Amino acid sequence: MTGFQEYFSETHNMVRQTVRKFVEREIKPFVDEWEEQGEFPRELYLKAGKAGILGIGYPEAYGGSGGDIFVKIASSEELMRCGSAGVVASLGSLDISIPPILSLGTHEQKSLLVPPVLKGDKISALAVTEPNAGSDVANIRTRAVRKDDHYVVNGSKMFVTSGARANQLTCAVRTGGEGFQGISFLVIESNIPGYSVSEKFRKMGWWASDTAQIFFDECKVPVENLLGQEGQGFYGIMQNFQNERLQLSVMANMTAQMALEESLRYSREREAFGRPLSGFQVTRHKLADMATLVEASKEFVYRVAAKIDAGINQVKEISMAKNFACTVSDKVTYDAVQIHGGFGYMREYLVERLYRDNRILSIGGGTQEIMKEIISKYILE
Amino acid sequence: MNIICCLKQVPDTEAQIKVASDAKSIVTDDIKWVMNPYDEYGVEEGLRLKEKFGGEVTVVGLGPKRVTESIRTALAMGADKGMLIMDDALEGSDSLAVAKALAAAIKGLEYDLVFSGQRGVDDDMGVVGANLAEFLGIPHFSVIDKVEVSEDGKSVKVNRPIEGQTLVIESNLPALVTAQKGLNEPRYASLPGIMKAKKKPLEEKTLSDLGLDAAEFGEGARKVKIIELTPPPAREAGKIVEGETPQEKAAELAKLLHEEAKII
Ligand SMILES: Cc1cc2nc3c(=O)[nH]c(=O)nc-3n(C[C@H](O)[C@H](O)[C@H](O)COP(=O)(O)OP(=O)(O)OC[C@H]3O[C@@H](n4cnc5c(N)ncnc54)[C@H](O)[C@@H]3O)c2cc1C
Repeated sequence: MTGFQEYFSETHNMVRQTVRKFVEREIKPFVDEWEEQGEFPRELYLKAGKAGILGIGYPEAYGGSGGDIFVKIASSEELMRCGSAGVVASLGSLDISIPPILSLGTHEQKSLLVPPVLKGDKISALAVTEPNAGSDVANIRTRAVRKDDHYVVNGSKMFVTSGARANQLTCAVRTGGEGFQGISFLVIESNIPGYSVSEKFRKMGWWASDTAQIFFDECKVPVENLLGQEGQGFYGIMQNFQNERLQLSVMANMTAQMALEESLRYSREREAFGRPLSGFQVTRHKLADMATLVEASKEFVYRVAAKIDAGINQVKEISMAKNFACTVSDKVTYDAVQIHGGFGYMREYLVERLYRDNRILSIGGGTQEIMKEIISKYILE
Repeated sequence: MNIICCLKQVPDTEAQIKVASDAKSIVTDDIKWVMNPYDEYGVEEGLRLKEKFGGEVTVVGLGPKRVTESIRTALAMGADKGMLIMDDALEGSDSLAVAKALAAAIKGLEYDLVFSGQRGVDDDMGVVGANLAEFLGIPHFSVIDKVEVSEDGKSVKVNRPIEGQTLVIESNLPALVTAQKGLNEPRYASLPGIMKAKKKPLEEKTLSDLGLDAAEFGEGARKVKIIELTPPPAREAGKIVEGETPQEKAAELAKLLHEEAKII
């Protein structure tokens, strides 16, 4: 019937429905409360694990549910429909911290470290950023010094998503000399002596996500927790970014999509000067622009995802896609609040949260500027 | 214990319903289709009974090709086999014809219990289950929120909620139950379940496969005719009860409820 390739098939739609139902039942009724509390119950990890949602995209051998990249996207899109990107971010912190274990770890490490996280028993987080090194990843200073059968770790990690509650960190440390060659990945468990956590940060958005700083004071980490070889950390970080950027692009698109949907609804309902807002050409055209941008961004991201799934290098394209999607969601969430007028500034309205939650997307997982650095290298050199 | 679960596909309850230009149907272009929520309770109950007594759960659906997705969802939840009755001649059939086709399909299967939803959330007729039981010649219990099968698997005791009370009814098997909200909380079709569901058998049957005459189905054979669909009236603005004192306001409210709303 269709003469073109659809990205989503029956299987994807079924996954979508499962996740949608999960969101309707387990998240949506409580989401406003969790936003105000700055946290969601830990139990949600277990529930999502049991439904197989946390395991999407990961091999069955390590407790995953399998599925291709579009299964993951369908699931992420539906999770975003809960209206709190913070819930999605913390529930999804495993999606940035498990892939390095799978790509660099041994079979033993994977068997030990991955299944409890996909089940929702343990919370896993990624710790790369430091107080003095964000974009400049190669400059991190947290030290891990080898001593007999363990590393002694000293230093601190900043802005760790799920940091307040994480049971294990996939943590970038310096085992060697200066620069990117000196960086390694260690899995650090939170119950070891010398490991401490700051208060949760109070943030502009992502309220339901716990973001914290972690301190290591003479932490003894067994050498078995080193992922790959010493010095392979930077490679692991860079490889991981591709996947994180895709996830963030999907988040940006869904943020924009929801802002658009809210605006369409509101502009039909709200009246001014004797007619609905949708009766003003200015509003109609604004909505048309918003819809066009969202459509273009979604198609672009899907296309890049399809290529990633086919194993084609998309470092340049995913950087473009992330920047494009974030520029779109910046504009669309701004316009959505504008269309809502004063109500758009009020917490009862979803667009207010979308507007705040959106802001992080062009900072986390590599800033807008860093994306441009990558793109310009590709197109100039 | 072999169980049949009947399944209808309906517009997602979140979908925005628009009446089509013929004023007799709805615009289906942008609609997401899902398993009728009441049928889902039936599927869940079937699966729980299978887990207790063994046997198989077969899902029988009727409608266009897209219904396979909902049948596969039931298979992903854990049902064993699916059947889709699919025939262009079925388009526009009423509840009676639907029940007739389902009966013809189910007659050829082994079963102890048949589940259907107490109604479809689309046109809210609520008669397919009863009609189907009649065609199958088995007892039926509609609007049931609790099902207990005896240990020997030979009889069933069910609860029907009625105006704050509960009617408890018993019967021998086979029987048909139409599921009401509260019967259970349906499980999710898990991702591994969805992958497994791809490999489970899903048969397609036409009317002639079932030995049925196409002339008895479809728009032309309807006993119940749809005259017109109209969207619900737009909600009117609320009214603020006027009055200086609480007494005055209460009196005004009572007057409005009596004279305008006509409910007291
Ligand atoms: C809510 C939240 C959650 C986070 N979660 C995690 C997490 O789970 N794990 C983790 O490791 N990190 C996490 N981060 C950290 C995030 O990845 C960093 O904030 C981000 O990489 C930017 O680093 P920075 O904050 O140090 O900014 P900086 O690197 O100091 O950048 C400041 C500004 O300078 C610009 N800039 C820097 N270098 C250049 C350059 N070469 N050319 C042009 N402009 C440049 C940047 O684009 C930016 O605009 C999180 C951050 C937030 C806010």
